[in-house]
Amino acid sequence: MRVMAQVAMVMALDKCIGCHTCSVTCKQAWTNRAGTEYVWFNNVETRPGQGYPRRYEDQEKWKGGWELNRRGNLKLKAGGRWAKLFGLFASPVQPELNDYYEPWTYDYENLITAPAGTDFPVARPKSLITGEDMKIEWSANWDDNLGGTAQLGHLDPVVEKVRRESEDKITFEFEQTFAFYLPRICEHCLNPSCMASCPSGAIYKRAEDGIVLVDQDRCRGWRQCITGCPYKKMYYNHKSGKAEKCTFCYPRIEVGIPTVCAETCVGRLRYIGIVLYDADRVTEAAATPDEQDLYEAQLDIMLDPHDPDVVAAARAEGIPEDWLDAARRSPVHILAKELRVALPLHPEYRTMPMVWYVPPLSPVVDLLKDQGHDGEDASTLFGAIDALRIPVEYLAELFTAGDTGTIREVLGKLAAMRSYMRDIALGEDPDEGIAEAVGMTGAEIRKMYRLMAIAKYEERYVIPSAHLEEAHNLEEIGCSLDVDGGPGMGQTGVFGEASGRPMPVATENFNALQARQRGEDPTGNEGLAGRVNLLNWDGRGNPQGLFPPDSGPRNGTN
Amino acid sequence: MNRVAPIVQNADTGVGSILLWGVLPYVVLAVVIGGTVWRYRYDQFGWTTRSSQLYESRILRIASPLFHFGILAVLAGHIMGLFIPASWTAAVGMTEGMYHFMALSIGTIAGIGTLVGIVLLVWRRRTTGPVFMATTKNDKFMYVMLLAALLTGLATTVISVLDHSVADYRQTVSPWFRSIWIFQPDVAAMAAAGPSFKLHALWAMALFAIWPFTRLVHAFTAPVHYLFRPYIVYRSRDTGSSSHHHSSGHRGWEPVGTQDRARGATRAPSPRRRAGRR
Repeated sequence: MRVMAQVAMVMALDKCIGCHTCSVTCKQAWTNRAGTEYVWFNNVETRPGQGYPRRYEDQEKWKGGWELNRRGNLKLKAGGRWAKLFGLFASPVQPELNDYYEPWTYDYENLITAPAGTDFPVARPKSLITGEDMKIEWSANWDDNLGGTAQLGHLDPVVEKVRRESEDKITFEFEQTFAFYLPRICEHCLNPSCMASCPSGAIYKRAEDGIVLVDQDRCRGWRQCITGCPYKKMYYNHKSGKAEKCTFCYPRIEVGIPTVCAETCVGRLRYIGIVLYDADRVTEAAATPDEQDLYEAQLDIMLDPHDPDVVAAARAEGIPEDWLDAARRSPVHILAKELRVALPLHPEYRTMPMVWYVPPLSPVVDLLKDQGHDGEDASTLFGAIDALRIPVEYLAELFTAGDTGTIREVLGKLAAMRSYMRDIALGEDPDEGIAEAVGMTGAEIRKMYRLMAIAKYEERYVIPSAHLEEAHNLEEIGCSLDVDGGPGMGQTGVFGEASGRPMPVATENFNALQARQRGEDPTGNEGLAGRVNLLNWDGRGNPQGLFPPDSGPRNGTN
Repeated sequence: MNRVAPIVQNADTGVGSILLWGVLPYVVLAVVIGGTVWRYRYDQFGWTTRSSQLYESRILRIASPLFHFGILAVLAGHIMGLFIPASWTAAVGMTEGMYHFMALSIGTIAGIGTLVGIVLLVWRRRTTGPVFMATTKNDKFMYVMLLAALLTGLATTVISVLDHSVADYRQTVSPWFRSIWIFQPDVAAMAAAGPSFKLHALWAMALFAIWPFTRLVHAFTAPVHYLFRPYIVYRSRDTGSSSHHHSSGHRGWEPVGTQDRARGATRAPSPRRRAGRR
C-alpha cells in the first residue's frame, strides 16, 4: 500500500443554476491571454447538449482515454507509444478551432469614434484569430437550454447512445425537455491519459496533492495530450505553442483557500477536500474488466482515513498530520465514499477522475407537486424516481457507465433526505424507515443534510495548506506563472504593489503578504523615521506620522 | 594515414578553400552547439513545435507527415552517403552501380516527397489566414533557407545524373565530411567536388547555423524517450525541479488582442485617418 493524498472536488448538480460565474472568474484568472482566447478551463454545459468542445464525449471519434487490449491490460485508445510517435507530425484526431469556437471581440472603438451620421454606430464582431470581421456561429455553451437544447439536444453523444439502447425513450418535445447544468474542470485523474500521451513527459502529477500540471518549459507542443484527454480539458495555446490546463488553482490550494471556481460559485455547490488513495492499485483498478464495476473499483482504492493501518502507512509516506486530519474531515471523502452520493464523470474512460458529481434530483419534486402529489412524501418520491424528467438512463451514461442501479440508489438517498428532514422541520418524529429504505441511518442522513444543505465555508472547503518546510519544493515546480503578464505575476517593489521584479507564486509570498497586512507594521514604514510612504499604504493600520498624534480622549474625532 | 599533408602541400587548396571547407565547418559547429546550449538554458518556454494544427488540419494532415517522413529518409540517406566509406559498401559486395541506383531511387523519392510536403506546407501557411498571421519573420527566413537547402540538394542529384563528368561525392564530399569530425579537415577533397555539391554544402551549413535560433530546434528534442518512460509521471520534492529556474522569465504570455492579431480588430482606422476620409 502506497498512500498518496489527492485534492479532489465534489459538485452537487442540484444546486447549479447555470450562471457561469465559475467559468467567467476562472477565465479572468487564468485564460485571459493571447493564445487562450478560446480556452475555458472551467465551463458549464447544459445537458443534454454537445458540450465543449462539441461532442467531446464521442470517443469513437476523438479516441480519448483508455481501453483494454485483448489481454485485459490498459492501452491508450488513440494508440500505444509507437502509434503516438508515428502520429506526431499531424496529430490524428485533435479538435480544430471550429470544434471549440472561433473567439471574437467587438470593435467597441467604432462606437465612440464613428463620424456623426443618421445610423447608430455598431460594434462589429472581430475574430481574435484573424482580426477580420466574422459571423458568430458558435461558442462554448451555444446549445444552452435557453437557446438551443430543443434543436440541438439530439446531437448529444450520450443522448444518441441512450436512444439507441432504450428505443427512443427520450423525447425532445419542448414541454418535456429536461435540462440540467454540468460544470466541468480538469478531473485531475489518478490515471491520467493526457499524461500517458505526452511524448515529452511534460505533464506530471504532484506527489504532494495529486494536482496534474503541465511543465510549460518541458512541453514541446506535440499536442498528443489533447487527443489523450477524453474530457478534452487539455488546451493548446496557439500563441505559445504549449499545452495548458486547469491547475486546480494550485497557488490558492497551497495556502489553504479554495479554487476560484469554487470560491465564486453562487450556488455553493462545490466542495473541496483531500482523499487518500492507494497509488499501487490505481492501474489494477483502472483495468477492471467490466466498465460498470469501475465506479466501485475507484471507491475501493480510496482509503479510509480513520483506519489505523491507513494512517500508519500515510505517516510512513510522510503525509503530514494536518493533512490526515483534513482527510478525515474531507467533504469529498464523506460524499463520495462514506455516503456514496457523489459519482465520477464517465468512469468508463478509465482515467479515475477525481471531480465527483452528486446527480440532480430536483425536477422530480416540482414535477410531483405540479401533478398534485405531495412532492416530498417518501412513498411518492421513491416511486417517481424512474419517472424523472431527467431519465435515469441518461444520468447513468454520464456517471456510472450505464449502470442505472447505482443512479437509482443515489437519487433514492437524495429523495430520502428530503422526506426525512421534512418531518424534522415540521416538528414530527423522523421516520427511520425512510432512512432504512435507502440503506442509511438517520444519523447518516442528518450528516448528509448538514453537508449538502447548510455546510459553511470551512466545512465545504477543507484544504490543508502546503507546509512551509516543503514550500520550496512545491513552489513553481515548473509551471511558470511568474512570467511577464502571466497570472502569477505578483510584485512588490519600492513603488508599492505591482512594482519591481516579478515575484513567483508561492506559499512564502502569500504568507509574507498576509503577515505584512496583519502585522504591527503593515506599511513597512518603521525605517522611515516619522515619514510615510503613501504608495505603500494599503489602507490598513494607522501608520505612524500619517495622522496627528492622538492627544487623549476626544469626542467626535479620532 | 596523414590527413594534414594535403592541406599544406596541395596547390589546389587556396585560402578561400581553406576558409570555406577548413574553417567554416567549425564555426558552424560552434554556432550550432553553442546556440543550442544557450537556447536550451535560456529559452525552454520558446522551445516548441509551434504547431498550427489548431487553425487548419486538412492540408497539414497530408503535407506534414509527407515532409517530416521525407526529411527523415533524406537524413538517413545522408548518413549512409556521408558516413559510410565506399570501401565498406564494396567490402560487403555492393557494386558502385548498385549503390548509386539504390541511393538515387530511394533518395529521389524521399527528396521529392519532402519537396512536395514543404511546398504544400508553405502554400498552406501563406493562404490560410490564421496560419499566415502566426508566421514570424524568423519563420519566413527559415523556410527560405530550408527550401533552398532542399532544392540545391535535389539539384546536385539531377546534375550528377545528367553530367557524368561531375566528381563522385563518395570520393570528394564524404571524405571531407568524415574528416571534419576527427579535426583534420580534408580541404582538398571538398575543393575537388563539383560546384553544385559545394553550393549545397554551403547552404546546408547556413541552415545548421540558424537551426538553434529558429523553430527547427524542436527536432533536437524528438521524444524518443517516450518509448521508455513510465506512463504516469509523479514529481515530488525528491526529483527536483525542471530547468525553469534557469530560464530568463521574460518570455511569456500576452493579453488578448496582441499586435499580431490586430489586423482589423484593434487597428481600426485612427480618428485622424477617419477625419481625412470624410
